[in-house]
Amino acid sequence: MTQSPTPALDIVGLVKDVGPITALDGRMKRIISNISLQAHFGAVTALLGANGAGKTTTIECAQGLQRRTGGSISLLGQDPENADATLRARVGVMLQDGGLPPAARPLALLRHVASLYENPLSVDALAERLGIGEFSNTTIRRLSGGQKQRVALAASLLGNPEVVFLDEPSAGLDPQSRIMVFELIRELRDAGKAIVLTTHLLDDAQRLADYVYIVNKGESVTEGTVPELLRQSTATAAHRVMTFEARPGLDTSSLQRAGVLCEETRPGSYRMGGSLEADDLGRFGQWCSSGSIMPTSVNLASQSLEDVFLAIAESLDTEIS
Amino acid sequence: MSTLFGGAPVGRPASLSRRVFNQGKYEASTMLRNGEQLVLMIVMPLLGLIALAVTPILDGMGDSRINIATPGILALCALSTAFTGQGIATGFDRRYGVLRFLSTTPLGRTGLIAGKVIAVLAALAIQVVVISTVAAFLGWRPEVGGVLLGIPLLILGAITFTALGLLIAGTVRPEATLAITNLGWILFAALGGIVLPADKFSPTMAAIVDWLPSGALGTLMRAALLEGRVDVFAIVILLAWAVAGSVAAIKWFKWN
Repeated sequence: MTQSPTPALDIVGLVKDVGPITALDGRMKRIISNISLQAHFGAVTALLGANGAGKTTTIECAQGLQRRTGGSISLLGQDPENADATLRARVGVMLQDGGLPPAARPLALLRHVASLYENPLSVDALAERLGIGEFSNTTIRRLSGGQKQRVALAASLLGNPEVVFLDEPSAGLDPQSRIMVFELIRELRDAGKAIVLTTHLLDDAQRLADYVYIVNKGESVTEGTVPELLRQSTATAAHRVMTFEARPGLDTSSLQRAGVLCEETRPGSYRMGGSLEADDLGRFGQWCSSGSIMPTSVNLASQSLEDVFLAIAESLDTEIS
Repeated sequence: MSTLFGGAPVGRPASLSRRVFNQGKYEASTMLRNGEQLVLMIVMPLLGLIALAVTPILDGMGDSRINIATPGILALCALSTAFTGQGIATGFDRRYGVLRFLSTTPLGRTGLIAGKVIAVLAALAIQVVVISTVAAFLGWRPEVGGVLLGIPLLILGAITFTALGLLIAGTVRPEATLAITNLGWILFAALGGIVLPADKFSPTMAAIVDWLPSGALGTLMRAALLEGRVDVFAIVILLAWAVAGSVAAIKWFKWN
């Protein structure tokens, strides 16, 4: 894809040790051994990995919240470890745990955060945009997870930053909040901001990200746009999955053939997967009509980012063992 | 709908003084709206003042009861707000990630600490006005010179106890901070020479208490407000605690 030459964030060969760890006889533990990443303006860059892969540590090093052990980081052309107020004003941060005082009320807190900027966005407009008005005077400890996330997101955007870090932005979001937050992230991208988000949810990455970095056990594993990643993975290239719901205990042996497996995953739920071809769908139709089977739902999916991710994780585990 | 970010100017920080002032104002108003903090900051020192004024505990120590009691109670205010109050608030802010979030805003870590000191001083100013007014009604008549001497000494005490409170809040879990700073408040207040002059107890006890920040601040406040002088030994001890507390807090404070 075409990207502007100077990235908003450039991480090269990040290394991070923590410790000393008592369980390791006082030695340091290396939690990130080699992560590199570039984030560009006008794009959503996702750092995707399982819990404990090093996503949060990576972006906290990029924010200057943690000191790195090795490698280099350039955030808007500066080292985030020496960030001054001017750089911090150009960068918005939404922490994974929100970082909001439980006794505060959303609107008062947002007004205070806005007062730290010379030219903040309108608190009211942002609160309205994120639907914060309906609970603006409830203490933060009483809010739902999704409401807290929206307040934390608003707080990170008050300065109208050029770079926005969102650590697990959809964690704990109800469907309505999720739509609201995703729309806002796209709007930020369209306004030319560089958005860096972490997620362990492949669906989020697939929906939001222009460019994805997959990290595993503290290392960059692969990167690309979502379509590129889907093409890249040969392990599951021919993988399609059909799931359907019907009455329990059906004989599915006639649906199977070499390379295609059908099984009842739990009573009434069936999964047919492998190198599915058009003929397999024909056989499925015949199977239904001959057995007077009316499925209550049928779903056919090509491989998803999840398959790519699982295949990568699997191949790494095999390499290690 | 999409004009929220596009047309707006990108982030610039407010001036340092405004950031620190706004943070101090915000923290002070948070403190004053917290019921438990108000009990600790206003009710307990007031009860102490009245108890010392109406009971014979301080009798035989020279001057009138209220004249001996008030300097110590003012010192107790600094202990309540700076050490216990600010310590507990910071401990829980640290747990909830509030310190980390604010340190990513233009406020930064230095601004956050400066804001806390301002909040402590603002709350202390309110305490001093309330306590002094009640003490005046009970017959407290300090020398003007003593008052002018007492104010900077009380500020030094507040800074010392803020450093010690932040040191505890920044190194142990918030529950432990809660326990340590509350226990510290009781021990300093009852036995630490802050309210009751140390020579009220045994000479051995007095010798120990003289080296504590609480004993030093109590002695300094009484020397200033009763005799209009600076106790040199006590100010050396208090300054040493201020420096040691600040250095240790800067070195060992963990943000997360």
